[in-house]
Amino acid sequence: MGKVKGKSGPLARRPDNSAFKQQRLPAWSPMLTANTVLPFFYLMALICMLLGVWLLLTVQSTQEIKLDYTEAGTCDICFEKRKNVSNAAQTCTCTVVFPIKKALKGDVFFYYGLQNFHQNLRRYMDSRDDGQMVGRKTNLKNPSSYCEPFTKNQNGLPIAPCGAVANSIFNDSFTLTYHGSSGPSIRVPLLRKGITWYTDKNVKYRNPKNDNMTLAQVFEGTAQPLYWQKPVYELDPLDPTNNGFINDDLIVWMREAAFPNFKKLYGVLYRASQPFTKGLPAGNYTINISYNFPVQYFQGRKEVVLTTLTWFGGQNHFLPVAYLVTSCLILLIAILLTVAWWKFGKNGKRMEE
Amino acid sequence: MARESEEPGMAKASKVKRQRKKKPKENKTRTVHANLLYDNAKGEENPNRNYANNKIKTTKYTVLSFLPKNLFEQFHRFANVYFVFIALLNFVPVVNAFQPELALAPVVFILSVTAIKDLWEDYRRHRSDQEINHMDCLVYNRAERRYTERYWKEVRVGDFIRLRCNEILPADVLLLSSSDPDRLCHIETATLDGETNLKQRQVVRSFFDLDCDFDPLKYNGIIECEKPNNDLNRFRGYIIHRSGRRDALYKENLLLRGCTIRNTEEAVGIVIYAGHETKAMLNNNGPRYKRSKLERQMNVDVFWCVIILLVMCLFAAVGHGLWMFQYGDKRPVFDVLSPEGTDLSPIMSAIYLFLTMIIVFQVLIPISLFVSIEIVKICQVYFIHQDMDLYDEETDSHLQCRALNITEDLGQMQYIFSDKTGTLTENKMVFRRCTVAGVEYSHDANARRLAMYQEMDSEEEDCTSHGGTLPRRDSVTSHQSARVVLRSQSTKSHRRTGSRAEAKRASILSKHTAFSSPMEKDITPDPQLLDKVNECSSQMDFMRFHNQPMSQLPSDLADIIDFFIALTICNTVVVSSPNQPRQKVRMRFELKSPVKTIEDFIKRFTPSRLTSGSNSSSSSSLITNRSSNRGCSSLLSSPSAESTLTKLDEEQSPQGMEHSFGPVPPCYNGNAWNLEDGELRYEAESPDEAALVYAARAYKCSLVGRLPDQVTVELPHLGKLSFELLHTLCFDSTRKRMSVVVRHPLTDQITVYTKGADSAIMDLIRPPDTGSSKGKRQKKIVSRTQNYLNLYAADGLRTLCIAKKILSKEQYACWLQRHLQAETAIQGREELLFDSALRLETNLQLLGATGIEDRLQDGVPETIASLRKAGLQIWVLTGDKQETAVNIAYACKLLDPEEEILTLNADSQEACALLLEESLHYIQAKFLCSSTDQAAKAFHSNFAPFEIYPSSSPSSSSHTTPFTVLQLGLVIDGRTLAYALDKSLEDKFLAVARSCRSVLCCRSTPLQKSMVVKLVRNKLKVMTLAIGDGANDVSMIQVADVGVGISGQEGMQAVMASDFALPRFRYLQKLLLVHGHWCYSRLANMILYFFYKNAMFVALIFWYQFYCGFSGSAMIDQWYLIFFNLMFSAFPQLITGTLDKDVSAETLQQLPQLYVNGQNSEEYKPYMFWMNMIDAFYQSLVCFFIPYFAYADSDVDLFTWGTPITTLALLTILVHLGIETKTWTWMNWLSIAFSTALFFTVALCYNASCPTCYTPSNPYWTMQRLLQDPLFYLLCVITPVAALLPRYFYRACQGTLFPTPVQVGRQLDKLPTETRRNILSLRRVKAGSALSPKPPFLSLSKPSPKGCNKKDLRSFPSSETSQGPALQMDEQGQRSPLGPADSNKGPLDLYAIVPTEKDTLPYTKDTPKLPEEPRPPSTKDSECLGKTLEASDVSLSGWITSTPLLSQTGSVQLNLPPAGDSQCVKYTRNSDQRLKSDHSIHPAQRTEQGAEQSLHTTL
Repeated sequence: MGKVKGKSGPLARRPDNSAFKQQRLPAWSPMLTANTVLPFFYLMALICMLLGVWLLLTVQSTQEIKLDYTEAGTCDICFEKRKNVSNAAQTCTCTVVFPIKKALKGDVFFYYGLQNFHQNLRRYMDSRDDGQMVGRKTNLKNPSSYCEPFTKNQNGLPIAPCGAVANSIFNDSFTLTYHGSSGPSIRVPLLRKGITWYTDKNVKYRNPKNDNMTLAQVFEGTAQPLYWQKPVYELDPLDPTNNGFINDDLIVWMREAAFPNFKKLYGVLYRASQPFTKGLPAGNYTINISYNFPVQYFQGRKEVVLTTLTWFGGQNHFLPVAYLVTSCLILLIAILLTVAWWKFGKNGKRMEE
Repeated sequence: MARESEEPGMAKASKVKRQRKKKPKENKTRTVHANLLYDNAKGEENPNRNYANNKIKTTKYTVLSFLPKNLFEQFHRFANVYFVFIALLNFVPVVNAFQPELALAPVVFILSVTAIKDLWEDYRRHRSDQEINHMDCLVYNRAERRYTERYWKEVRVGDFIRLRCNEILPADVLLLSSSDPDRLCHIETATLDGETNLKQRQVVRSFFDLDCDFDPLKYNGIIECEKPNNDLNRFRGYIIHRSGRRDALYKENLLLRGCTIRNTEEAVGIVIYAGHETKAMLNNNGPRYKRSKLERQMNVDVFWCVIILLVMCLFAAVGHGLWMFQYGDKRPVFDVLSPEGTDLSPIMSAIYLFLTMIIVFQVLIPISLFVSIEIVKICQVYFIHQDMDLYDEETDSHLQCRALNITEDLGQMQYIFSDKTGTLTENKMVFRRCTVAGVEYSHDANARRLAMYQEMDSEEEDCTSHGGTLPRRDSVTSHQSARVVLRSQSTKSHRRTGSRAEAKRASILSKHTAFSSPMEKDITPDPQLLDKVNECSSQMDFMRFHNQPMSQLPSDLADIIDFFIALTICNTVVVSSPNQPRQKVRMRFELKSPVKTIEDFIKRFTPSRLTSGSNSSSSSSLITNRSSNRGCSSLLSSPSAESTLTKLDEEQSPQGMEHSFGPVPPCYNGNAWNLEDGELRYEAESPDEAALVYAARAYKCSLVGRLPDQVTVELPHLGKLSFELLHTLCFDSTRKRMSVVVRHPLTDQITVYTKGADSAIMDLIRPPDTGSSKGKRQKKIVSRTQNYLNLYAADGLRTLCIAKKILSKEQYACWLQRHLQAETAIQGREELLFDSALRLETNLQLLGATGIEDRLQDGVPETIASLRKAGLQIWVLTGDKQETAVNIAYACKLLDPEEEILTLNADSQEACALLLEESLHYIQAKFLCSSTDQAAKAFHSNFAPFEIYPSSSPSSSSHTTPFTVLQLGLVIDGRTLAYALDKSLEDKFLAVARSCRSVLCCRSTPLQKSMVVKLVRNKLKVMTLAIGDGANDVSMIQVADVGVGISGQEGMQAVMASDFALPRFRYLQKLLLVHGHWCYSRLANMILYFFYKNAMFVALIFWYQFYCGFSGSAMIDQWYLIFFNLMFSAFPQLITGTLDKDVSAETLQQLPQLYVNGQNSEEYKPYMFWMNMIDAFYQSLVCFFIPYFAYADSDVDLFTWGTPITTLALLTILVHLGIETKTWTWMNWLSIAFSTALFFTVALCYNASCPTCYTPSNPYWTMQRLLQDPLFYLLCVITPVAALLPRYFYRACQGTLFPTPVQVGRQLDKLPTETRRNILSLRRVKAGSALSPKPPFLSLSKPSPKGCNKKDLRSFPSSETSQGPALQMDEQGQRSPLGPADSNKGPLDLYAIVPTEKDTLPYTKDTPKLPEEPRPPSTKDSECLGKTLEASDVSLSGWITSTPLLSQTGSVQLNLPPAGDSQCVKYTRNSDQRLKSDHSIHPAQRTEQGAEQSLHTTL
């Protein structure tokens, strides 16, 4: 026994007199009473207040223009057209005119928005094959079962990119034209590249290794998704490097939105030339829409959003307001507590004794 | 009896017949042959082959069976099955929510943690099995014709083994030979039943006459005995010799595995049961699994969680169905068809979704809760183990938690049931005073010395016990044996009988003679008495020298010397020498056995006409047989047809005598230690005996040797005197006395010395003939002794009376004849012997009385006081007699001199019923008078009796409500208790008992103890704790919710049965008040926190369902979802659950009231679960919607939005824990920091590891991007603040405005020590000042079982509605003595359950309910009550005189003498003045005075 315990003698089993074993570790035991809590409350209220005010000021400086084009302008024709599935293959373009009363300064971001489109459905979200998108040849020809029922087309050819997500890609396209008060209409230059996460474009989405083959060759033996009008390797006719799985629009679409009402980045204002160097100047704008995406089935709306951003995101007043409200609440509570403590504090102290 | 009558018949049965019978019989018996005969016959032919070998295996698993068996066992837990079910559900594609493999992770983790724990435990068992299996013992080897060393595991049934002194028995062995001349073998059964005194075992009678050289080769018997069973006290069988002769075997022949051979140099036996079939192993029950109250409560809430889960799933399923339905036939583009390409109907998808949701929401059922609780409990147990304050230096032992899973129950106890002797008291009897021939010798010096001992108690005892521990032997053999002892003890040879600590303690105790601490041994004699003894013995010496008859001695001196002789010899003490502990000292001067036969008697005494032959006492029991040995040779030889045996027998007798002359066995002859006279050690069966023998020794009257037939006493001047021991009439609890019949060597008279309880002896004193002066003297002695006895009892001393009787030879012969008849009787022998003893013990002459103190353990009164302040009801259940128990109860502050005592003594069922009813009335009345003037104390109205009384159905009493405890003590004796525990009365009994502050049950049997505990536990639905130290407490310990054993002198049996083992009673205080409180509050808080945490986390996902079409998708990544509980949020709560201290240990002990917290389950009430749930839902709303709105209308993707939510939830949960944490040690900080860091590390690694692996979420680089996003940080600030604001505010408000007692305790903690002490002491002073008023002396006597029941029932109609307000007035006057006490307290003192407790905290103002006042009784009733109260008709029962209730100023006695003359119940009240005068009387006279007063008032 002595051997095991390393000590023997009369008090061999005496427990160690260490602070830990005797549960006497030095400890800070805060008391949640008015005296200790009130300073904290006031401090928190102050901090929240300051942050709130600061954020509010920041948000105030942003501008946002939302344009629901579902049935706006000439798009009502297209809207009706898309109601019928048999017209899916027909093209339809429409124009919406809108004014910008106050110039959007700085970087302007062009979003398309969808309402009531549930990209966050569990089975919809699962219906994709990341292995395929990352360029694995095996997955290209044998898409994962997650993609069911969008793995093979009627001919048994594997679909690339497979799955419901890719299948339902948003396929409207936009051109924005500026009609300045003087001078001709100028097409607003939009940067359609670099709108994805860097990691997505470079890591998560890769085309299959092509070994000097063209993309078309690589994708030979695969079929385009059911609802697509063109194959994946011809998504961007202008820029051959923006095709296949690394097409920016595809990547943006594949990043499933969190809410049924969402917007996705379409492009960023290219500010290299006049009059867009400082953003979008005030004036009339037309937007030409290649109207393909049907939203009737789900009572959806489509919109275009032009906005400038702050350092913490778009024009969203919620956060500053939340800060301010919280700050007020804390202050209110703090005052209540102060009053209570003032009135009954002595009582409490007496109890203590 | 039956066995013996069977025997001849069985013996007649022929062998053939038996052979035929064997087959059916084999089910009932086991036949053991000696292995030697079959040594060459391997396997098949060995008749013992079917019996278990001695290899023990207590492991549960083997390598192969571990996995299936362990899994099977784990699946017994419903939760595990549930989680596995969910994990498997994930493999169904239609409903799966997560990656199936991932979903298995938590279950696998939980299962493997438990499995590893089990494996480790099993491995430890295996190791200790190995150790035990490889211990050595000596087994006879046929080939070598000698005993050879073998491992224990190789011992087989039928082997002959030789055992040496201090060896541990490897198996159950039938004793065939012993080196002891009396054919005895002494064993110590401490590891088995915990009793440290030696037990004697006898060699099988047929081998009686063989000497040490038992030759196994010559053995040829066949043993038939019982199948293995676990009854330690039963063994039956017989041995069949080749000759066909059969000898019965009894338990006295069996040495049990695990016992230690003591005092016997060598013994040989045959193995009967081995290994797992030994009685010791069969007695090993595994540790008990109890479910704590908290856990039961928790399970209810787990059930609620399941309901919440189902509701949520159902809600989601219905929502999904509706959502699908709204799209009608046109499916939106984002609705994914089934793999077959067909639409799912909304109903089908709803059903699938329901299952999916169960998987997604599974976190709500806290999978890790069960594991966490186990971990926390293990840590708690560890800390309790490590507590220095619970460590006893004297015995080098600390508290042991034997039940690992009920630590928190310690914090919720409401009733404590305690044993008295050995639990409250030390069970060390100390001689304090004595009175001889009516003269008191106060032993002042002794008292002073004892006081001194008390101070330096610990060091002193420690030293001596260690002096005793070290074996002072030089010889190799003894060294070896000592080593064997230590080693084998340390291997936990009988694991579950106790831990190493116990084993070691037992070994210390055994070396050290039982029951003899220096305190008991060293007695400072009273000088006066010592002188007298000296004088007396010198005179006797002189007279002997001059051949004068001893009767000339002055009678007082003669009494003194007789007194001491009686102390010395009237016992069963065994003498041993100190350097060879447990070696009997033998000094045989002549060889005479106790009178066994009439022939013997005739031979030894003057021949008389009594020649009618009586048979030899072949069937005498061990009690008498213990002293019979040599004398039995005749009987042995008579049936023995075996020549060898007879021969041996003849040869052996003289040899044995020679051998027995040596005082020390030859083995130890080399020993140089001188036997000093004073250094003898005494081993007694009870500590009282030892104390008395030591006391006598202090007066130079020492016992130097005891043999079956004689006792040797050394007296000053006279030298060694041998008393011929004719009979020993052993102690039994009915007679309450023992006697020895000896022949006095000086006077040659046959003298009976009797020692016994005063109540028993006093009735047997010869009524003195008042004529002679001697008679007058006798009368004076008796009355004086009675006086002193009362005084002793009042001091809490155990009293014993010593008496003697001189028998003339004729008387003796006359008695002897009938006694021998009794001894030889076949039927009803016990009763006959009992009668015979009664015949002898009459007409005694009182010599004197002794007062022995059973010292209270240190700190017992303080512990009881503080436990009581903690709101615990303490009941003492003792086997002691009422008087002693009451006095001890006073001494340990269980009863308060101020409180009134209800004494219930009844002789019949009806009487008991009546008594209980009266007590109820009395309590009712008292309650009324104490409550009428105190509106503020109205919460008394939940007064139990009122509820129970009317219907006396258990359902009518509201069990949960607090009930009043009056300033009453209840004393009930065993017999009355038996009646009271009857089904018809138990409710009434409970009603009475629960309203008494303390209850004392005397003379209760172990069964009654457990019945009382069971009754209280089941009927009152309270948490009970039973504490005891002896075998008689085992049943009570097992019945109670928590059983505590005192690992004290009486050893291990109570400990074996207990959940916690304490070295001392006083440790109970810290165990309950501190550790219990902590464990409870920690665990309760942790469980609540767990529920909160899971609900909060799951609710986040639930809210999201509103935004994803109730499709069961989660914005929280599956990894986070699954590992959140297991990893990210697991550690801080474990740390807090283990280390958090709401109040410091010091404050908890100084303010026992804080214990009420746990009793009322205030940390975890049912509503708290719901409050936590609501809080959880609120917090999750905040955590969900702040990010939701912050990201709404943005291009955020699901997991980029979900990850911040996870982070926020984690932060909120951690900060929430921070708010709930009361003490922050560095470990808390570390754990929280670690949790946060762990989350971010895992998230970063996970998000960087693989771009495609984690379908479908695939959150590549999400965390990294988030960390660059300022919005994320802004959210991290605002969300936890907003989420925790309400709780924080609530806590702050509550802490400021309505602090709970616990919070006040914490505030006290914060104060500097001095201030705190001042506050506490201030409170005490206040309390003290309020104690002055005395309650009235009330005596309720119930003279007859029948009588005015009618009247009583009339006066207290069973419906309380008829009670009017009149009694209020009537009672005003009576209540006045209580008035001042109560009015002092004021209305603030609502907390005071017990009126005397002035020192309850005043902060209890917020104690919630102020229930309505009870309705006072009707005018009529009150009048009746008043009348009865005023009537002063007391029938004084006999025991008042013998019960010195000195300190009880207020006492209510409900007495039912069997044949009362008065036929009516009367309530009697003495006036207060009388009481006060009573007070001023000197204590010594007070009893009588009080008694006389009562008599006076009897009218």
